[in-house]
Amino acid sequence: MSHHDHDHSHEPVAADEPPAGARARALEELLVEKGAIDRDDVRHRIDWLVSRSPADGARLVARAWVDPAFKERLLVDARAAALEVGLDPGPSPLVVALENTDAVHHVVVCTLCSCYPKALLGPPPDWYKSLPYRSRAVSDPRGVLGEFGLTLDEDVEVRVVDSTADIRYLVIPRRPGGTEGMREEELAALVTRDSMIGVSRAGPPLLFKS
Amino acid sequence: MEQAVHDRGGWPTDAPIDRHEHELADWELLTDAIVDALERSGAMNVDELRRGIESMSPTEYERASYYERWLYSAESILTEKGVLAPGEVDRRLAG
Amino acid sequence: MSYRVGQQVRVAERSHDGHHRTPSYIKGKTGRVERAHASFTNPETRGYGRDGLPEKELYLVGFAYDDVWPDHRGGRDRIYADVFEHWLEVTA
Repeated sequence: MSHHDHDHSHEPVAADEPPAGARARALEELLVEKGAIDRDDVRHRIDWLVSRSPADGARLVARAWVDPAFKERLLVDARAAALEVGLDPGPSPLVVALENTDAVHHVVVCTLCSCYPKALLGPPPDWYKSLPYRSRAVSDPRGVLGEFGLTLDEDVEVRVVDSTADIRYLVIPRRPGGTEGMREEELAALVTRDSMIGVSRAGPPLLFKS
Repeated sequence: MEQAVHDRGGWPTDAPIDRHEHELADWELLTDAIVDALERSGAMNVDELRRGIESMSPTEYERASYYERWLYSAESILTEKGVLAPGEVDRRLAG
Repeated sequence: MSYRVGQQVRVAERSHDGHHRTPSYIKGKTGRVERAHASFTNPETRGYGRDGLPEKELYLVGFAYDDVWPDHRGGRDRIYADVFEHWLEVTA
């Protein structure tokens, strides 16, 4: 598009869209006109974002639960492990997996911004980006976990990890009890987004099979 | 030590964590994608994006939603770098 | 300056007006190097449109919760944060 016809509405716009929506569209239009961005890059990124989901991270976790050698590789180099199972580890230079055990429970926050392993978990939930979570996850981690319904014994070491820079962290939750006979695909369904951030446990086996 | 508005770790607050889920709106996806495309083209990098966010007034920062901060920063950094003329987005919107 | 895993380090207690990645709540605190990640471009210069070179080593530093928040009792809990080498100091 090279002319200023002010006809911006190439796509339907939600009725309740805030003023920022029109601003984003105007900005995109201007930057494309100026050649500062490529519209195909924009479309590709949107497509990429909506294609990522916690199901990707869950595949890594489930594989780690059933294959100790894979878990070791995941802990040493999560990027390589993701590529090994055909997942896109994304543009982050380094993804680090942290294993929750009987003795240590990791929970991830980004106090300065909202850094998050989008490639493996999809876009972060709003609460992860919220000011109260960013404030209190480091100063009152057990209180925050309590709000999420997770109470840990005193003798469990809670380890809050603040991803301040280039590393993106993925928590490997503990494998729930009673899942010994389950297949990897069934196990993956128990691995929730929140359990890979560290604010909850992986789910128990569902009562009803769909 | 003085704590900048974006530097939230330990910031005193009793506010509960709002756990409502929300799918990203089209404009939020678009804003993310514009910033990614700017990084790709070399017009603006993520550290500049963060600097722009951190330069918001504390009131603006706390009032803005996540992607509103991104949008504010992209406009401000690109204006600083001369990619956008001052007020250019406003003029386009007034179009 | 490079650091080794297990080494005790202190986070510099300096103020820095520009963009940087050291949260204030760990400034001046003493912790332990838990991981040496890799080197990355320096956000403090890249944030101003420069190339961010030379790259800086990034470390995961672990702190006892009680050392970071002395008014609380965190038992054995710990707080980890990634800190660039030029924000770390050797302890006496």
